[in-house]
Amino acid sequence: MTEMKATRDGYGEALVELGKTNPKVVVLGADLTDSTRTLWFAEKFPDRFFEIGIAEQDMLNTAAGLSLTGKIPFVSTYGVFIAGRAWDQIRTTICYANLNVKIGGAHGGVSVGPDGATHQALEEITLMRVLPNMKVIVPCDAIETYKATMKAAEIKGPVYIRFGREKIPVITKKDTPFKLGKAATFREGKDVSLIACGYMVCESLKAAEKLEKKGVSARVINLHTIKPIDKEAIIKAAKETGAIVACEEHQIMGGFGSAVAEVVVENYPVPMRFIGIQDRFGESGTPEELIKEFNLDSSDIVKAVEEVLKHKHG
Amino acid sequence: MEKKKRPDIKELEKEATEIRKDIIKMLGEAGSGHPGGSLSSVEILTGLYYYKLRYNPKKPDWPDRDRFILSKGHVCPSLYTIMARCGYFPKEELMTLRKLHSRLQGHPHMLYLSGLETSCGSLGQGLSIANGIALGARMDKKDYRVYCLLGDGETDEGQVWEAAMTASHYKLNNLCAIIDRNRLQIDGFTEDVMKLESVKERWASFGWHVIEIDGHNIKEVMDAYDEAERTKGKPTMIIAHTIKGKGVSFMEDKAEWHGVAPKGEQIELALKELNMKPTKEQLEEAEG
Ligand SMILES: Cc1ncc(C[n+]2csc(CCOP(=O)(O)OP(=O)(O)O)c2C)c(N)n1
Ligand SMILES: [Mg+2]
Repeated sequence: MTEMKATRDGYGEALVELGKTNPKVVVLGADLTDSTRTLWFAEKFPDRFFEIGIAEQDMLNTAAGLSLTGKIPFVSTYGVFIAGRAWDQIRTTICYANLNVKIGGAHGGVSVGPDGATHQALEEITLMRVLPNMKVIVPCDAIETYKATMKAAEIKGPVYIRFGREKIPVITKKDTPFKLGKAATFREGKDVSLIACGYMVCESLKAAEKLEKKGVSARVINLHTIKPIDKEAIIKAAKETGAIVACEEHQIMGGFGSAVAEVVVENYPVPMRFIGIQDRFGESGTPEELIKEFNLDSSDIVKAVEEVLKHKHG
Repeated sequence: MEKKKRPDIKELEKEATEIRKDIIKMLGEAGSGHPGGSLSSVEILTGLYYYKLRYNPKKPDWPDRDRFILSKGHVCPSLYTIMARCGYFPKEELMTLRKLHSRLQGHPHMLYLSGLETSCGSLGQGLSIANGIALGARMDKKDYRVYCLLGDGETDEGQVWEAAMTASHYKLNNLCAIIDRNRLQIDGFTEDVMKLESVKERWASFGWHVIEIDGHNIKEVMDAYDEAERTKGKPTMIIAHTIKGKGVSFMEDKAEWHGVAPKGEQIELALKELNMKPTKEQLEEAEG
């Protein structure tokens, strides 16, 4: 059986490890420390944890100030409250000056579940990738989130890491290579490429299984780093498979699929389809129900593939 | 902590007039910018850069320097002028303000001009940054101090009050903030736009040590910085009562001069007035 684990747990574990190995790392919280798993760091390293209260804008800029003294601050709360409410702080104070602030955006996607639309971040990829100097990572499972978090501490400048609330299958291993800005091909295929991030990598792998039974060979690419984007892998996929379906648990507009399309259109145009949220707010429900409700599951991907194949050149 | 000798007050007053002239000239050359709040903050910044702040313009990254965070970024003309006069960059460069490829951006950018601690221009953010630096200093057991200048209108922003709580919660006595209380913002008087009074009681109730001064009286400004440094267990807020557009009669106390540069005759008139400005000595003589 595949192990199930929430990506936020990978974040929390990495912060604890960083606490042990890198004295410069500090963590800030905004009254959601348990839920973002930063509590694990706070309990072990109370002198390097700063509770700021329900004050996201203040938290982001306090982190900016700490980074100016050489610390490596990690700030976290739910994606809506961080990427949305504190966007101007992230833009003008952090990104403009390329400050070394790491942002953990929790509760990404509709799979947050019953809390509903107010708490389901569906816009952060768009909001963050549009900012110069920002790097955006959407890891596909807990192990990859751990690696992304460790990597974020190593590199200079602002990083946004998106993670989710629910337990999802762990599909990578400790020794699966993770390179920032380098896509990983999780399954070879020649008829179509499924390019995905976050939980949608898992749904894409399921879709590829189903497609194989239908005689369609689908490549599955885990494009965990949305910025800087791996142009090479995308262009290669366009050339070699001739059709692309981009899959994200996020608004299609301006988001992950748009980032992929920007590369495709300019370099090697091939037919594309987009799996993602279609200009709607989220809803309450169980994660499984919502994945279906918003047409994000593997059978939706299969349908999109069948559709895109009809438009494939030659 | 090294004791700094107090500079001669008359000299500083003369310097303040020169700074005002530079501000008028650079804004005139730029053709746009913010004279009102630049002129009202001159003595506040003079007291810092000519007396209180420990820094080395040749080593702007000196780790033990005191930090000054300009939260109201639009008044950078007064900061730029003072930085140039204190040796951070050549004075001639002041005339490049707001021009393409200038290090002197319309609102300060730390990656372009060393000596700036942050990039700012979106109001309400500086105090939180100052808090972060003050926390970092404490973690590193450093004794440098952090100063932050806010506009009074700027304190409409909710984030300022978030930061006010954070500073007092963490007892940041290495932090001293100053409000340039010129009673004006863009749309008019602060009390008409969004009532701020009682400023003193508000900050005190947030747990700050509050000092009220005449923000154009250099001695009071320097005294306030000293008092802030002596204050234990809480951050200090200096409410500096000032006149927006101070020193140029036709700009004084006028919301219209918040964000419009003087041109042509206005520049000449302003400079003439500042040139004629009697020194304290002359005033005392005149008073007999
Ligand atoms: C977040 C934000 N909102 C609006 C503005 C536009 N703005 C620039 S200056 C200003 C008024 C500031 O008034 P005050 O803080 O009193 O400054 P001063 O009087 O010292 O010039 C405004 C609204 C801004 N720069 N940032
Ligand atoms: Mg004002």
